[in-house]
Amino acid sequence: MAETTELIQHIELYVDTSRSPTEQAASLNSIISLVKSDFLTIEVLVKEMRMYLTTTDNVIRARGILLLAEVLTGLASKPLDNATIHSLIGFFTDRLADWRALRGALVGCLALLRRKVNAGMVSASDGKLVAQSYIESLQVQSLGQHDRKLCFELLECLLERHPNEIASLGETFFYGICQAMDGEKDPHCLMLTFPIVETLVRIYPDPSGSLASFCGDLFELLGSYFPIHFTHLKDEDAEVKRDDLSKALMSAFSSTPLFEPFVIPLLLEKLSSSLPLAKVDSLKYLNHCTAKYGADRMAKHAGAIWISLKDAISNSLEKPDMSFTSEPLYGLGFQENEIATEALMLLQKVTLQNEALFLSLIIQDEGINIVFNSIASHEHYNNIPLQGKQWLHAVGRILYIISKTSMASCNSVFESFFPRLMNTLEISVTNSAGDCTLNENTFPSKKFNFGALYLCVELIAACRDLIMRSKDLAPKPDTPQETCRYMLQSFADSLVNAFSSSLATNANEVAHGADIYFKVKGLQILATFPGDFLPISKFLFANILTILMSIILVDFNKILLWKLVLKALVHIGSFVDVYHESEKALGYMGAVVDKTVSLVSRDDVKMPFSLKLEAASEIGASGRNHMLKIVQGMEEAIVAKLSDYVHGNLKSAEKTIQLLECYCNKILSWINETGGLEEVLLRFVINIWNCVESCKDFSIQVQEEELLDATMMAMKLAIGSCSEESQNIIIHKAYSVISSSISIPFKESLDATSSIQLEELSVSEQIDNSSHRDDQIDKFSLRDEWILSHFASVIIAVRPKAQIVNVKGILHLFMTTVLKGCVPAAQALGSVINKLGTKSNETANSIDCTLEEAVDMIFRTKLWNLNENGVLRTCGSGNGSKVGLTDLCLGFSSNKLLRVHAVVGLAWIGKGLLLLGHEKVKDVTKILLECLLSEGRIRAMELKQGLLENSYEQHSVMRSAADAFHILMSDSEVCLNRKFHAIARPLYKQRFFSTVMPILQSCIIKSDSSVCRSMLFRASAHLISNAPLIVILSEAKKLMPVLLDGLSLLSEDILDKDKLYSLLLVLSGILTDKNGQVAVIENAHILVNCLTRLIDYPHMMFVRETALQCLIATSELPYARIFPMRTQVLQAICKALDDPKRAVRQEAVRCRRAWASIA
Amino acid sequence: MVSELINANPVIYEKKERRVRSVPTAAADEYAVEPIDQQEIFDHIRDIKDPEHPYSLEELKVITEDAIEVDDSRGYIRVTFTPTVEHCSMATVIGLCLRVKLLRSLPSRYKVDIRVAPGSHATEAAVNKQLNDKERVAAALENTNLLDMVDECISPTYE
Repeated sequence: MAETTELIQHIELYVDTSRSPTEQAASLNSIISLVKSDFLTIEVLVKEMRMYLTTTDNVIRARGILLLAEVLTGLASKPLDNATIHSLIGFFTDRLADWRALRGALVGCLALLRRKVNAGMVSASDGKLVAQSYIESLQVQSLGQHDRKLCFELLECLLERHPNEIASLGETFFYGICQAMDGEKDPHCLMLTFPIVETLVRIYPDPSGSLASFCGDLFELLGSYFPIHFTHLKDEDAEVKRDDLSKALMSAFSSTPLFEPFVIPLLLEKLSSSLPLAKVDSLKYLNHCTAKYGADRMAKHAGAIWISLKDAISNSLEKPDMSFTSEPLYGLGFQENEIATEALMLLQKVTLQNEALFLSLIIQDEGINIVFNSIASHEHYNNIPLQGKQWLHAVGRILYIISKTSMASCNSVFESFFPRLMNTLEISVTNSAGDCTLNENTFPSKKFNFGALYLCVELIAACRDLIMRSKDLAPKPDTPQETCRYMLQSFADSLVNAFSSSLATNANEVAHGADIYFKVKGLQILATFPGDFLPISKFLFANILTILMSIILVDFNKILLWKLVLKALVHIGSFVDVYHESEKALGYMGAVVDKTVSLVSRDDVKMPFSLKLEAASEIGASGRNHMLKIVQGMEEAIVAKLSDYVHGNLKSAEKTIQLLECYCNKILSWINETGGLEEVLLRFVINIWNCVESCKDFSIQVQEEELLDATMMAMKLAIGSCSEESQNIIIHKAYSVISSSISIPFKESLDATSSIQLEELSVSEQIDNSSHRDDQIDKFSLRDEWILSHFASVIIAVRPKAQIVNVKGILHLFMTTVLKGCVPAAQALGSVINKLGTKSNETANSIDCTLEEAVDMIFRTKLWNLNENGVLRTCGSGNGSKVGLTDLCLGFSSNKLLRVHAVVGLAWIGKGLLLLGHEKVKDVTKILLECLLSEGRIRAMELKQGLLENSYEQHSVMRSAADAFHILMSDSEVCLNRKFHAIARPLYKQRFFSTVMPILQSCIIKSDSSVCRSMLFRASAHLISNAPLIVILSEAKKLMPVLLDGLSLLSEDILDKDKLYSLLLVLSGILTDKNGQVAVIENAHILVNCLTRLIDYPHMMFVRETALQCLIATSELPYARIFPMRTQVLQAICKALDDPKRAVRQEAVRCRRAWASIA
Repeated sequence: MVSELINANPVIYEKKERRVRSVPTAAADEYAVEPIDQQEIFDHIRDIKDPEHPYSLEELKVITEDAIEVDDSRGYIRVTFTPTVEHCSMATVIGLCLRVKLLRSLPSRYKVDIRVAPGSHATEAAVNKQLNDKERVAAALENTNLLDMVDECISPTYE
């Protein structure tokens, strides 16, 4: 029989120990598949294997049994009949006594016991037999690690599958298990044994019976493992974490309350040890066990636990953080380590469980009473010794935790401690709201006891937290006449008076941060008690707010105090907002928000303007209603200041800019986060437009570029976060303003052939008496520019779906103004084009212009006439040849400035197209390139004829054409980005880079004039420095010469230093990459030349530093390549050693070493 | 190397914390000069390894920041170091390390004087003379064994 011989072969192979494990695994798998596909029955297999299973050769028998066992493991889901299982388990049970072939027996038992119901399971009586055999014949602790693990797995499985049979085995089995586990040290095995203990405890549930007597023995075994501590961390144990083991032990500890007499003393003993790990673990275990053992059992240990906890809390405090900042902190700012945190958590838990007991312990505790007695001496924070502070902190934290636990404990803590504190603070009960007005004479320059102040604040904070929590849990708490409530009620007035008056008096002297901190905190807490618990009077609340606000107004020089007070006000504000305390909300609105608003708008308060803005934005952020008010106030202030400015008050410009920046950075971001305040944004924009509109007559010059930028930015951001509907409203508004008030007319509807007369561009009027070229541009009235820029920012920021009115007219308008040097107009053109891209054909019908039409209009329309003397006239009058934007770029006019503007305009339009992935961008690129090259030719000719005057101005067109590539490639902050809803195709930079770069490179090769070439390098430098590094790296070899030439070119002009730096960063990126290094090898010589020149680039430290770093990277190139340059480099570095900047010198030292050591 | 350590059990001190210099804000101070000062020199030499122990000169208090005098305008630096024991034959090696390290880290306009602290060494005058004699320093650096040793000692300063 072929199958039988094949089977024998497989068996032989598996049994043969000299074969490799993979071969053995393969033969095992083939046997399993044979059985699975029913070519072979288990009976036949066993019969074939009988020799291997019963031979006297230990090795072969062990392997044989293991093979059978492994086959059974592989067949876990194949149904077997009961008789087969019975005989198999009988065999393996017998074999458990065969210690030489144990592994197989264990694996076999496990495989059979683990079988699922539907595949045939081991019967209960067989299970019992296995357990008996296990106890009688296995000496677990004398086995190896893996066998032990298998033993424990078997045990676990037995306990899980046949708990009743095991339970019936009684004491012998129990002690057998104990014996098996005793002394186990391997983490993997321990992970199994701890749950076994848990299960054991579960199957002997009778508390009075046998388990009770076993517990002592069982715990003796378990207790020795606590605390879990790994003596050596080996990699192989990495999969068993200390934490997992510790958790397993913890659940074993807490598995039955019967362990309590053993566990708690052990934990308390370990808690008093000096090992931090033991402490933390004991606290965690105690916490866990407390819940499991129940209140009655824990009550016995209450005293001991309290004493240990007190010690743990007060001894585990680390050095205090002496600086009191405006950040909130716990207690006195001591660093609480894990021990203290755990201890406080435990304290809360045990108090919750045995309330009365722990309360009496704490209240009568000597240590705490000593602290309270000595409190009188803690007058000032600075005078308290360190230990005193520690005790104070500990007591404060303990009382806080305890009183926070429940109302009853809060009451008794207040009862026993609060009056004493009030005594020390010399605060007496004042009756009713009679003298609520601030009376500073009540506390004439009295020293405020710091210790008492601190504890008092902790107590009321606990009380408040407790109430807030119960309020959250149950919306309608019944508030009976609680003691703490009564006490607080009676002391509230005087407390507020005391805090506030001492804050006010303190304002004159230098007080420690801690003093201020707790006084402000006290006031804040008192103000934020929910009204239904502690109805502090309206007057009192108003009083608190008044005193805090007066500090905001007056004490802005004391930074800490001011910040703390502001924080407190914000807290109160958000409390009022969240809990809908209508009465308090009114008060807050009046006393705080309105005042802050008036602060911003009024100039007569001496406070620094930046602080005013900070206060306003912080307080506004405390709640929606407050923000609405603040926003309105700010808006009014902005509009007022703007119109003020527009009407000639130039001084208000600076404040307006600050206001606008605050609006952009703080308020707009808050609104964006909160959402749903769109009407506010809409109103803001409309208001600004009203302001823009109102200043029809302003003839003064808007000189502040910054102001214009700031308003435009604020407007863009505001519009950017509006929805389409609001944007539509804004567009209409803006359109109506611009069409009514701008002096440059624009066609309502434009088509190429219409002959509506356009007024001549002011450009042309000027030219006749031209003395200065620049005047042509300035002639564009400033008011027009002002309005137009705002309009442009509307267009830039709108969403693609927003409907722009009269797109063609607007395009036309922008086209006209672009030539006057209005960059926002160019950006707006780019944005319009970009956003037209998404409109599908259906929607295209509803609007009056499609993308194609717009593009066509921009590139084809001839808007201007050219006079014979190169002067531009708008189309319609005159009869010169008509020119369009592209013609202008290409030099149909000899007016340089005009051409520069045309190029810049084209660049922004190109960017819009590029982001869209429109094919027309090719044309733009072509024009720009043409511009670069043709200009270069003319220049070269003129150079020959000696016509060159001022070289800088002469190159301006080429320069701007080269810089146009920067505009195209770089990310812009002001337009065409995600914030302003630009549509951007993925990887557009990569694509553009890989199309344009080869063209540029070939142009460079062809170009014959130096000027032209340098401009081409400039353009390539822009491309390279803005392209993603990964693209550059893949082409590093080709790009290297261009890059290096670009570097030396950019280093010539100081204005290009930032561009130089970004290009240099690309180079350093290449040099630090392995493939990049390979690419530069060929150019090593030029590279080193270039870098050594950059080492003394005088205008930017980062350039020098990066150049040196690049040189260090270069020193790792192949020896033969770089050795010839060594002397040259070392000489250059010598100079860098004497660099004015330290960072450069340090880098030079490293670089010198790198190069000196290659010899 | 000597078979027996000269100071078998030196006292180890803590390293001083590295002070982080405030980085000047970009544009305003682009051309401002940061002169070479005590701290910078100290930063150059603090990590030099002692020739016979795996500790830095700073840890052994052989050099301290206060023992460095700098006159940037005149290009003059004087480093005074204190050998751990009086009869330390390593004093010249330490001095040589200091000299080589400063030679490689400072611009050439500086003149560097290196000396042992007065009263801290048995043959103070001889050591001082040896360390400040150009010819002898140059000759010492011709010796490859010595140069290797020096290089090994100053290599930690570049990390």
